[in-house]
Amino acid sequence: MSAVPQPILRVEDLHIWFDLAGGGELHAVQGVTFELKPGERMGLVGESGCGKTTTILGIMGLLPPSASIAGRIELEGEEILAKGEESIAPHRWNDIAMVFQGAMNAFNPVQRIGDQIAEPMELHGTATGKTAKAQVRELLELVGIAGSRADRYPHEFSGGMRQRAAIALALACQPKVLLADEPTTALDVMVQAQILELLLRLTRDLGLSLILVTHDLPVVAQLCDRAAVMYAGEIVEMGDTQTLYHDPRHPYTRMLFAATPDLLGDDDVLSIPGAPPRLDHEIVGCPFQPRCDSAFEPCPTVHPRTIELGAGREAMCHLNDPTATEAVS
Amino acid sequence: MSLDQPLQSAEGLELGTTPEDAAGLGAGRRPSFIRQAVITQPQAIVGLAILGFFVLVALVGPALLSQDPKTKVGPVFGHPSAEWPLGLDGGGANMIPLLIAGARVSLEVGFLAALVAMFIGGSVGLASGFFGGRIDTVLMRFTDYILVIPDIPLMVMAAALFGRSLRNIIIIIGIIYWTSTARLIRAQVLSVRERVYVKRSRSLGAGNNRLIFKHILPQVAPLLIANMVLMVALAIFAETFIAFLGLGDPSAISWGKLIENAFTDHAVLNDAWWAILWPGVCVTLVILACTMVGQSMEDALNPRLRVGHLSVNRFRVRVLPRKPPKP
Amino acid sequence: MSTAETLLEVEDLVTRYPVPRGFVGAVRREPKLQVHAVEGVTFNVAPGEMLALVGESGCGKTTTAQSVVRMVENDSGSIRFRGQELSGLGPSDMRPLRKDIQMIYQDPYESLDPRFSVRDTIEEPLLIHGVKMSGDDRETKVREAMERAGLTPSDLYIERYPHELSGGQRQRVAIAASLVLDPKLLVADEPVSMLDVSVRAGILRLLDSLRADGMGILMITHDLSTAAHFADRICVMYLGRIVEEGPAKEVVRNPQHPYTKALISVVPKRDPRQQTEPQILQGETPNPVHVPAGCRFHPRCPIAEERCKQIDPELHRAEGSQTDDHRAACIMV
Repeated sequence: MSAVPQPILRVEDLHIWFDLAGGGELHAVQGVTFELKPGERMGLVGESGCGKTTTILGIMGLLPPSASIAGRIELEGEEILAKGEESIAPHRWNDIAMVFQGAMNAFNPVQRIGDQIAEPMELHGTATGKTAKAQVRELLELVGIAGSRADRYPHEFSGGMRQRAAIALALACQPKVLLADEPTTALDVMVQAQILELLLRLTRDLGLSLILVTHDLPVVAQLCDRAAVMYAGEIVEMGDTQTLYHDPRHPYTRMLFAATPDLLGDDDVLSIPGAPPRLDHEIVGCPFQPRCDSAFEPCPTVHPRTIELGAGREAMCHLNDPTATEAVS
Repeated sequence: MSLDQPLQSAEGLELGTTPEDAAGLGAGRRPSFIRQAVITQPQAIVGLAILGFFVLVALVGPALLSQDPKTKVGPVFGHPSAEWPLGLDGGGANMIPLLIAGARVSLEVGFLAALVAMFIGGSVGLASGFFGGRIDTVLMRFTDYILVIPDIPLMVMAAALFGRSLRNIIIIIGIIYWTSTARLIRAQVLSVRERVYVKRSRSLGAGNNRLIFKHILPQVAPLLIANMVLMVALAIFAETFIAFLGLGDPSAISWGKLIENAFTDHAVLNDAWWAILWPGVCVTLVILACTMVGQSMEDALNPRLRVGHLSVNRFRVRVLPRKPPKP
Repeated sequence: MSTAETLLEVEDLVTRYPVPRGFVGAVRREPKLQVHAVEGVTFNVAPGEMLALVGESGCGKTTTAQSVVRMVENDSGSIRFRGQELSGLGPSDMRPLRKDIQMIYQDPYESLDPRFSVRDTIEEPLLIHGVKMSGDDRETKVREAMERAGLTPSDLYIERYPHELSGGQRQRVAIAASLVLDPKLLVADEPVSMLDVSVRAGILRLLDSLRADGMGILMITHDLSTAAHFADRICVMYLGRIVEEGPAKEVVRNPQHPYTKALISVVPKRDPRQQTEPQILQGETPNPVHVPAGCRFHPRCPIAEERCKQIDPELHRAEGSQTDDHRAACIMV
């Protein structure tokens, strides 16, 4: 029996709240649990407001003062959330790094790209001076930019190249885990393909583990091995991408696929009526129930359990729960 | 009805709701930045209170005076006492009625001058930003010329040439101070002009009048108002200064005039600090109040000015009670 | 293909933007450069037809749309709406035609005046065009437009302000505002790209129903999948030209031009098993200021030959096309 590789990142029962201006709190992430294996590419999929970006910001410890967090985050078995900023900070960028949404536009326009990529190296003490410069060039080559361009300014780079530079910036301290938030959303389809290919190459050649946050299902289908679908702050279904498409066990997953036009398919494109629930009030029953086309008796009142379906699959839906379906029939 | 029930419309469900839908709210609330400014910032409330007090005094006060404020009621530079809490000036007149009368004049000049400045500056900025091109170049060049002229010498000259009436002072102050408003408004108009909804209206065939008065001006108005409040502060200070220099209207009692009188009556030699202090305090308070209100309005208009994430305080870690394992 | 039926006929449209030289450039007498945004584009839209202009950034699709609605002046070429030439028309002559040609914009968060209620926004076109009707009649028209755009019951939305609406609802308001004058042609610039996936189909189906009612729709999009599903015909643009055109499904399933083939190969598919081997082109779309000589695509083309550097291909029926109207601009096919 071959040894099952230890997960490089383990998130258990993660909760994140935001204080609201008028009092009360927004429960943005509600009990998220997942594992990331070394070298794995996992997608975190959902629409706006589902909590996917907040989740990875929480893993990075980059939450504002109005946020509070609870749960466990284990990096290579070591708990890093317990003391908040104090325990997460040493791992930030050294072990877990992030490519932010719109990172390609977040470069300092009056500083050379090379200097900006060298900055985290110097801040985290991994390299300085000439060593840093050499590493910067290597990094740029790694992401497909000529090393000589390190002396240029951001405005001299095209959008796609800046996104590559943003990835190089994230890799500056040789992290083990890369969190990418909508890395290709603002890019043309051809450039998107280049970036996705780059991410694939990096995970294969460097053994990097990747969490890709996106609303774009086909991107996840192309790049990721596994995916977790988020809705209203919770993971409603998780599994390998093939099974997720061919045998979805949560109506939201199924409807989300149905709402995504496929290039070559003939299926009707559906829309999902209604809108996600407010997260500043406690939700009774299943959060998706008001919009679900398969809701039945227990759904409005009983919050569904997360049912393990074997082979790393799980779904948070009464339809998969034998006790719930039995009770009805 | 629970708050997360989506709207079930007659035709179908393809709407996508907002939380207000489910709560059954039909009426709309126009976005109001003034309310926002006041509610979120205590300094606005304090500022409004002070300003309100002085405005009340200015409006109502003079009517309550039974006699000419300059009437001699006691000795020259009489000390503050129970009878005259704020003392007497160099002519033996009670400071309190003088201050009340002064409030009327100072505030009146301040507001009207700010109005003149706002009107000129707003029009120039609007025209410059909206029409662009040659009109913009000409107007901005003109603005630059005015900006370059030193204000005090201009005031002195204008007072000497055109006479020292309140009306002239109002106009002079307005003419000197409109330039910053013009630049501010022009910048705002330039950005609003590029907004998609303005372009949409234009492509629908809207004429310039409609674009300016229905779309651009309402967007620019809050900034104009915030700017005007700050301008009032500036104008009151300017009037005080002009009066202090002896260039003010000799027949009008303003706070600046009171200070000037105190000096010409040798208040310093007589240790009559009250003749100088109270008018100064009044001017300071009103300017402070205007600044506080104006600042919070500007803050409300520009949320990006608020610095939040750069603080050292971080997110908090909670410990949740261990939940019983799910059955 | 100019029939009396055709709503919009665009022929050899050319639109360029000057690149500002700046003071230094003018003093140094640098050559005046131009952005060759649209360099000879020809297409038609018939009533009840949806034509999609598809391409990446810099291909000229947005500029084409803006030229059609006369937000931007074209340099040459003809734009005929119901037989009437629009190109060169002055603002006052253009005004009555603006009732018939309406545009929907990409950003639902920016296309509504935040100080206008839903009613104000939808009513405005009626007021602009001075349509002679009473306040009550206007109200009826507004509500009709709202119903058509799916904002029912209208009572719930009519008094709302944009900040109280979701993205999808705002886009419907924008659509209602363009419907209120009974237009014949709708130009939709990326109408759903800023909306959530679950909301997109609703808006697209709305546009589809308008098309079914006889409206002509010119849709600009970078999303091939959306175009394949909802459009009747697709024109693929590259650097200011149409490189391939034809029935939507045909172009997508049987692409002829090497650029189209590459694009289709890199678009991720929904089904993880159906991912095609991506043919990733090197580099990015060149700056439309310096257009390559000969075939504009040849520097990046996987099958380019020597002669491609000299010949600027015309659209013609490709060898592999299934229909006459499926054409590609490539000398190799």
